[in-house]
Amino acid sequence: MSLPLPSPARLFEGSALACRRGERLVFEELDFALAPGGALLLTGPNGSGKSSLLRLMAGLTPPLAGTLAWDGSPIAEDPAAHRGRLHFIGHQDALKPVLTVAETLGFWAALREAPRDRVLPAVQKFHLAALAEWPCRVLSAGQRRRLALARLLASPAPLWLLDEPTTGLDDASTKDLLAAVAEHRSGGGMVVIATHLPLPLAEAATLSLEKFAPRRSAA
Amino acid sequence: MTAFWALVARDLRLALRQGSDAALVVAFFVLAVVLFPFGVGPEPQLLARIASGVVWVTALLAALLSLDRLFQQDYEDGSLEVIALAPLPLEAAVLAKCLAHWLTTGLPLTVVAPALAALLQLEGPGYLPLILAMALGTPSLSLVGAIGAALSLGARRAGVLLSLLVLPLYIPVLIFGVAAVEQAVAGFAIRPHLLILTALLLAALPLAPWAAAAALRPALE
Repeated sequence: MSLPLPSPARLFEGSALACRRGERLVFEELDFALAPGGALLLTGPNGSGKSSLLRLMAGLTPPLAGTLAWDGSPIAEDPAAHRGRLHFIGHQDALKPVLTVAETLGFWAALREAPRDRVLPAVQKFHLAALAEWPCRVLSAGQRRRLALARLLASPAPLWLLDEPTTGLDDASTKDLLAAVAEHRSGGGMVVIATHLPLPLAEAATLSLEKFAPRRSAA
Repeated sequence: MTAFWALVARDLRLALRQGSDAALVVAFFVLAVVLFPFGVGPEPQLLARIASGVVWVTALLAALLSLDRLFQQDYEDGSLEVIALAPLPLEAAVLAKCLAHWLTTGLPLTVVAPALAALLQLEGPGYLPLILAMALGTPSLSLVGAIGAALSLGARRAGVLLSLLVLPLYIPVLIFGVAAVEQAVAGFAIRPHLLILTALLLAALPLAPWAAAAALRPALE
């Protein structure tokens, strides 16, 4: 089920990126490129800027320097279009204690104007069917995480930005996630994952953020 | 438009399930107004004289009390990030949240206001203007309040900061809301006051979501 995609080999790229959190320069002179079907693993010690880079890619934080481009056009030119083509799963699960699993997913799908018939497959993929009518209040940490990840499937988007997605997941759920990522990539989707654990992803590029730490003099 | 109404529906559902929030605002409104006869004495002329002012001021304070839940919870649990990253413009998302906020606070306050005015011996011709002025004024309170709620997001002592930011901006609504009722009781035309309240609402409708969205973006960085 590969999507016909235009030929340029590189679709999502960043060049000479620099990021500041508070008064501290986190990284600089960072380049990356991601082709359709590609996967990028962000590694590095705590505080090396994995989450910051993901937030940059999502357009939540403007870069201090450098540009991010999609198909050659800077994302800053059309932020709404960029938001429309990405899913960002951060550290927080964004769940409401009083809404049920089905209501939460239905809202997420509607928020991105996706047809509601995608909700059920998303529920099944992450084995949430039995919990569909449960309020999020009673879910365990791993179940909450699975529900947050089901957002990826509830509405289509070519770019997935995942921040430590396996936190709290058991082995079976991690496999579900990897299967979903593999299917997404085989359809021409892209994925960027910040992770501490080695994830067995086929042909994934690794971007080690330590290499882009600012030199002392610059900070 | 689906996304806009989905957000309104979600906020309404949340307000209904966590019913205490909306009920507390109305309870505060009732209780605060009921305190006045105890404070100033039960003399009907005196109460009638201050009725419209008391109802309006307490309605402002009740609305203020509910503002922190506009963005605070969504900000803390990460939902605001998801909403901000949806294709829906953030300005439209703010407008949707203001609409849901008004339906769960401004509207109940408008419904309860005549009963409280009766408690304070408001004179007959004042009731219809009170309802009309509240219906036109309370949406402005939600909209202007959204700016303050967005600005104070993540701040320490956000509640105090919020009242300092928002209460001065509520003064025009208060002035013309009270004037509409007083003029009606005195036998004058209320139309100019209602028109000014409408004008305030029409100005807040595009400006407040725009300003609140601008204030939310840095908070999400």
